Amino acid sequence: MSMKVSTRQVDGVTILDLSGRITLGEGSVTLRDAVRDLVAKGDKNILLNLGDVSYIDSSGIGELVSAFTSVKNSGGELKLLNLTKKVHDLLQITKLYTVFDVKDDETSAVGSFTR
Amino acid sequence: MPNTPTTRTSLTLASTLETVDRVEHEAESFAARFGFNEDDVSSIAMAVREATVNAVIHGNAYSQDKQVTASFEATENELVFRISDQGTGFNEESIPDPLSPENILRGSGRGVFLMKAFMDEVHFRQLSPGTELTLIKHRTPEQHAA
Repeated sequence: MSMKVSTRQVDGVTILDLSGRITLGEGSVTLRDAVRDLVAKGDKNILLNLGDVSYIDSSGIGELVSAFTSVKNSGGELKLLNLTKKVHDLLQITKLYTVFDVKDDETSAVGSFTR
Repeated sequence: MPNTPTTRTSLTLASTLETVDRVEHEAESFAARFGFNEDDVSSIAMAVREATVNAVIHGNAYSQDKQVTASFEATENELVFRISDQGTGFNEESIPDPLSPENILRGSGRGVFLMKAFMDEVHFRQLSPGTELTLIKHRTPEQHAA
């Protein structure tokens, strides 16, 4: 199952709803391009909804990290929402869980961005 | 003690992303046959995927002239996955620690770390040419009955 991404705006926050697998190849490239486009447009508040991400490999983790870094370097914030157990455990193992701001509720996630 | 049959299967495939998906899927099916729970099957499949990615990208550099060989073996005590490429070789010591502060925000470099996190043993062997990764998952007594 390839990765799909849809975009919506809630209270000044751009939410990317991701579904499928974020893996080497099409999945990771789709994520990379989506975030790159938002940064190019000047979006500063980006929330990645990973509730429907069934699988992520090390390349996908790398893309999450790269997305985080590029948004931060452009003066914005990137946060994660609704991690599945699998993704949560991977971020824990790789010591990235505390690097990201991880949320489990969309309303509070949207409200947490600095404006 | 009667001899316990050993199950083996082997694939030789092109250096493509399709091969990565195929080997991962085969490893998942193979592990599921031998009594591992869903989480362990998923972890094994991920470790094998990471090894295959390394073979395709870092070993063979997607070369059409080089192949990846994946072999799976089940004995009474363990599952053994061997993934080999035909590249120029690989120095395990050269892998940066992905958990160190200077590397934690790198966009790559976590594959071997995840293999070691999910498998009980990870071994590198230099071939001529290429590299062979051996990933081993030990079987518990409950899984012996499977």
